[in-house]
Amino acid sequence: MSDAAGLGDVAAADMGVTPSPGAGGGVATARPGRETFRLFVRNKAAVVGVLMLAGVVFMTVAGPRLYDQDPKDIVARPLIGPGELTEARLGTDYLGRDVLAGVINGGGTSLTVAAMAAAMVLVIGIGIGAVAGYYGGWADSALMRFTEFFQVLPALLFAMVVVALFEPSMWTIAFAIGVVAWPGIARITRAEFLRLKNLEFVRAARAVGATDWRIIRKVVFPNALPPLIVSATLIMGTAILFEAGLAFLGLGDPNTTSWGLMIGLNRGNFLTAWWSVTFPGLAIFFTVLSFSLIGDGLQDAYNPKLRGH
Amino acid sequence: MLRSIAARIAQALGLILAVMCLNFLLIHLTPGDPATVIVGESGAGDPELLAEIRAQYGLDRPFVVQLVTYIGRVATGDLGESYFFNQSVTSLISARLWPTVLLVGTALSFAVAAGTMVGVATARRPESPLSHGATVLALVGFSMPVFWTGIMLVILFASTWKLLPVQGWHDVSYGEGMLANVLDVGEHLVLPALTLGLIYLAQYSRLSRASMLEVLESDYVRTARAKGLGERRVVYKHALRNAVIPVVTVIGLQFGALLSGALLVETVFNWPGLGRLAFDSILRRDTSVLLGVLMVSSVMVIVANLLTDLLYTIIDPRIRLRERSNV
Repeated sequence: MSDAAGLGDVAAADMGVTPSPGAGGGVATARPGRETFRLFVRNKAAVVGVLMLAGVVFMTVAGPRLYDQDPKDIVARPLIGPGELTEARLGTDYLGRDVLAGVINGGGTSLTVAAMAAAMVLVIGIGIGAVAGYYGGWADSALMRFTEFFQVLPALLFAMVVVALFEPSMWTIAFAIGVVAWPGIARITRAEFLRLKNLEFVRAARAVGATDWRIIRKVVFPNALPPLIVSATLIMGTAILFEAGLAFLGLGDPNTTSWGLMIGLNRGNFLTAWWSVTFPGLAIFFTVLSFSLIGDGLQDAYNPKLRGH
Repeated sequence: MLRSIAARIAQALGLILAVMCLNFLLIHLTPGDPATVIVGESGAGDPELLAEIRAQYGLDRPFVVQLVTYIGRVATGDLGESYFFNQSVTSLISARLWPTVLLVGTALSFAVAAGTMVGVATARRPESPLSHGATVLALVGFSMPVFWTGIMLVILFASTWKLLPVQGWHDVSYGEGMLANVLDVGEHLVLPALTLGLIYLAQYSRLSRASMLEVLESDYVRTARAKGLGERRVVYKHALRNAVIPVVTVIGLQFGALLSGALLVETVFNWPGLGRLAFDSILRRDTSVLLGVLMVSSVMVIVANLLTDLLYTIIDPRIRLRERSNV
């Protein structure tokens, strides 16, 4: 059982997420949250991840105010290298637009779409996983067949079809990513619910007459949270990569600037102007890396026994 | 045993049927009536012609009848016509299938072989610099957008060092003959396969390291050591077989993601596979080709999953197919 749970999610499997043996199992003792927090901040890689993410968020939120340059404006001749111009420190792209302004303004779209997609993934995944795991029986079989079906769809291609058939906007893109990325979360949630639903404290809640809905929400779900928080962090990284891939293919929202779109548009010139694709790509890389590092750190903090695995 | 294999195959067929239904739904949900599209092209909006075309294409029949007709056609290999090429979608796709299979197959073999080797080496010495390096590499590999990795590799290997071709899969400079052809495609294959393989190399090394560490602590490995077997034999003959099982699981589960990555890599390298075909058909608004690619790719994933499940029973006879289908 435990292997299916851990391997259900593509992203989670790579990062070694397995349901925690005993994490939160039973009544909370002596503020386990504080211990998790202490372990997390002692983990250098995780702290680096938090700082990196803080940097990206700061650049995205405050950047456009501090560096007042429209990424769509043509500021100089096309394809001028980084460091040669004071008005475009990171060079200009194939139309003469400022690459630095693009990098600063491109994060907003990526992070917003990723957050929307991740929220959708969590709602669908947790909903389906919780019902399947808690009720079991035919509901479980039916929902797991349904999940399996979404797992065999090549995710990016399906998202491409959805965006291509309906018009590309931030909503459709987030929807397309959300629809293809939830099976992993559903499997993890189901595994946690299966593990927890017959433990004493859940039986106790049932014995005192709590409704199923209340048990799912207030008794089982809080105890299933640790692996879900780890996966949610990793899902953010996956969603950002997805959004970037779609935008790179020209399926992003055409009215916004995004990192993936910048790389896609400058694709024809990357041999002569490496800067026009390298810097937006580095921005994607560091953003996803920050989520991976945080996810790893959380995983280690919730499960000190699994460290190094 | 045989019964469970049959059940597993039946399940795969069910999934294929579900994919067909989804494809049909997508065609129906697409904004715009196909009949008006066809009529619109010839520049007339006359309702009689519209009705005639509806009848000709069977669009006036009930939904369920259309669905059954559609499934019957797809099952016999008819995926419709490309309105851009005026050619059957099946023939377009079959021309592009082989390059994608070659790319994905090469990348996957490279990633599994190298990833398992790195994983085993690092599991034997968990605190060595190589081991820490592999952990960092796995994180980096997971976090890079695959199309960007491809571009960076091209800049490095094809532009700066001029070692390998930039794109495409054939060059006229190679001349004729079987061997020249193989060398030609082989040289063009290196960068795309490396790009796609690197991500999975990183992930498989991490995964096989984790499972190897676990297996090396198990009792039967201790027994093997205690009876005096050489370390090499213990690791490669006894432990490895169990340690690769999670890798096999993940290959099956990740095959869809691998295909998705291949689509992006093909676009970067102008590799004439299914990904390029899907990309081009989006630009041409050639929906039937796009949906055909979705159909064929989904079937590829389903078949890959089936094969990995069957592979389990070869690697580990203890695993019964029935048990796995419930998890």
